[in-house]
Amino acid sequence: MATIDRLRQRLTAAFAPSRLDIYDESHRHAGHAGSRPGGGTHFQVTIVAAAFAGQSRVARQRAVYDVLAEELATDIHALSLTALTPVEAASQGRG
Amino acid sequence: MAITATNSPVFDRIKDDIAQNPVTLFMKGTPVFPQCGFSAAVVQILTQMGVKFKGVDVLADPEIRQGIKEFSSWPTIPQLYVKGEFVGGCDIIREMYEAGELQDLLREKGIATRG
Repeated sequence: MATIDRLRQRLTAAFAPSRLDIYDESHRHAGHAGSRPGGGTHFQVTIVAAAFAGQSRVARQRAVYDVLAEELATDIHALSLTALTPVEAASQGRG
Repeated sequence: MAITATNSPVFDRIKDDIAQNPVTLFMKGTPVFPQCGFSAAVVQILTQMGVKFKGVDVLADPEIRQGIKEFSSWPTIPQLYVKGEFVGGCDIIREMYEAGELQDLLREKGIATRG
C-alpha cells in the first residue's frame, strides 16, 4: 500500500476525522535531503476531528505522531500537520 | 535504539542547554545557515520578533539529534524550548505566531521581543 493510503487508513481509524486532507508534497523537495524518487516522503496533513477537543496543540500532534510512529521512523521524512476540532475549523472557514 | 535512562549524558546536555538559554531552538543547521525549510521558518519567526535565542545544530551532533526526540517525546526537528519548557515544532510555532499566542507566551515568560 502506498504511504499516503496507509496514513489515511491509520488516521481515519484512530481519530474518525470529519475532514482529512493529505497532500504528498515530495515533489517540492526533489533532490533535497530525505527525498526519494517517486515521492512518499514529504506530506502535509490537515485533520479535523472532535477527538482533539480540550487538547493542546502539542498533545494533538503527539497523538498523531503516535499513530504514525512506524511511518515516521521509516518512510516519512517530513510531516506538516494542522490538527483542528470541528468548531475551530468552522471558525477558520476550513470545516 | 531507545535511551532508557533518564539520567543519560545526552539528556543532561539537553537539560543544560535549555536551562542556560531562555530560548533554545534545536534545529538543522545554524540560525545563519539553516539546512532545512522547517528550521528556517522558525528562525525567521524568532528573528522577525527580535527574540534572542540559542540555536543547537542537531546535524553537528548525532547524539543530540536522537536524544532530543526522546527527551521531548517529539519525533521531528525543529523543536523550540522557552524557559525550559517544550513549546512545539514548526507547525505549532507558526500557528501560535499567526494567532499572536507566541508573543503572549514570550511576554508571560519575560522574554524580550521587538515592539
